[in-house]
Amino acid sequence: MTGYLALGAAFGILLAQNGYGPVWALMMSVCVFAGSMQFVGAGLLAAAFAPAETALLTLMVNARHLFYGLPMIERWRDVGNTKPYQIFALTDETFSLLISTDPPNGIEPRAFEFWLAALDQLYWVAGSVAGSLIAGALPFDTAGIDFAMTALFVVIFIEQWRGGKGRLSAMIGVCGALLCRVLLGAQWFLLGSMVLIAASLVGARRYIDKSSAKGGCPE
Amino acid sequence: MTNTQAFITIVIMAACTLITRALPFWLFSGKRTPPAIILYLGRVLPYAVIGMLVVYCLRDIDILHPPNALPDVIGVAATAALYLWRKHSLLAIVGGTAAHMAALRLLA
Repeated sequence: MTGYLALGAAFGILLAQNGYGPVWALMMSVCVFAGSMQFVGAGLLAAAFAPAETALLTLMVNARHLFYGLPMIERWRDVGNTKPYQIFALTDETFSLLISTDPPNGIEPRAFEFWLAALDQLYWVAGSVAGSLIAGALPFDTAGIDFAMTALFVVIFIEQWRGGKGRLSAMIGVCGALLCRVLLGAQWFLLGSMVLIAASLVGARRYIDKSSAKGGCPE
Repeated sequence: MTNTQAFITIVIMAACTLITRALPFWLFSGKRTPPAIILYLGRVLPYAVIGMLVVYCLRDIDILHPPNALPDVIGVAATAALYLWRKHSLLAIVGGTAAHMAALRLLA
């Protein structure tokens, strides 16, 4: 959760650098609540208005969430009125805590799961608003601080690579994006890459299934 | 981008994020199992998308003038080295960003 606080602050600073202050940071962290997508979103907000690209990119960046819900369908069947919030707040962090942490003795599991999600978001919102507020008052020139987002994705990339699964998919992502960057230029390459990558993944499905079976089941 | 456009952009992001999180509950709360192609994409897209996002972050890199690309190269190398050394995400992100910012100033 301290990770959420620090990453939230980095997001707030980045957003402020792109010209969007604390109110925008608050709004995004309350309504969107998706770590990597908000970093990407800070970039989108600094560029020209592109609703279709925004929608497609959000769906693809967050496609992994389709997986988080599946094990929760049974588990949350009778959770009651906090269920809509818990579904909304099912981030990477919350999901990994949910499947790895047992409620402390004497704490009701349902309350524990709800507060886990709520506290995660509280840290994230607090971090991003704090980052946004201090951005203007930092005693040093913040040029280059947006590299935090690059570093974040580099770390995730290495983490996934070391896991041994999905290396072929990772290469399709890198090569597809590089190809589109060279062919289509900086403005259109994102939309082009997404289409190309999704099509390649579907096209190479038999091959990828075989190669990831060797690396084990991705869970 | 105007404020209204920024607002719409955020609403789109919020709606699409919610779709990816709520879809399994909407579709499969009965006993139906998800179609294989959806499960497959949910499994492999995360790897491909992170690879794409690394390229996206580095899209403005100036390969025709290698010295201008140095701060990015140094930042990525420092991030990777720190992460492989300590296996600590936050340390790698902070250290890599600091290295990038330092290179940006020293090599300018």
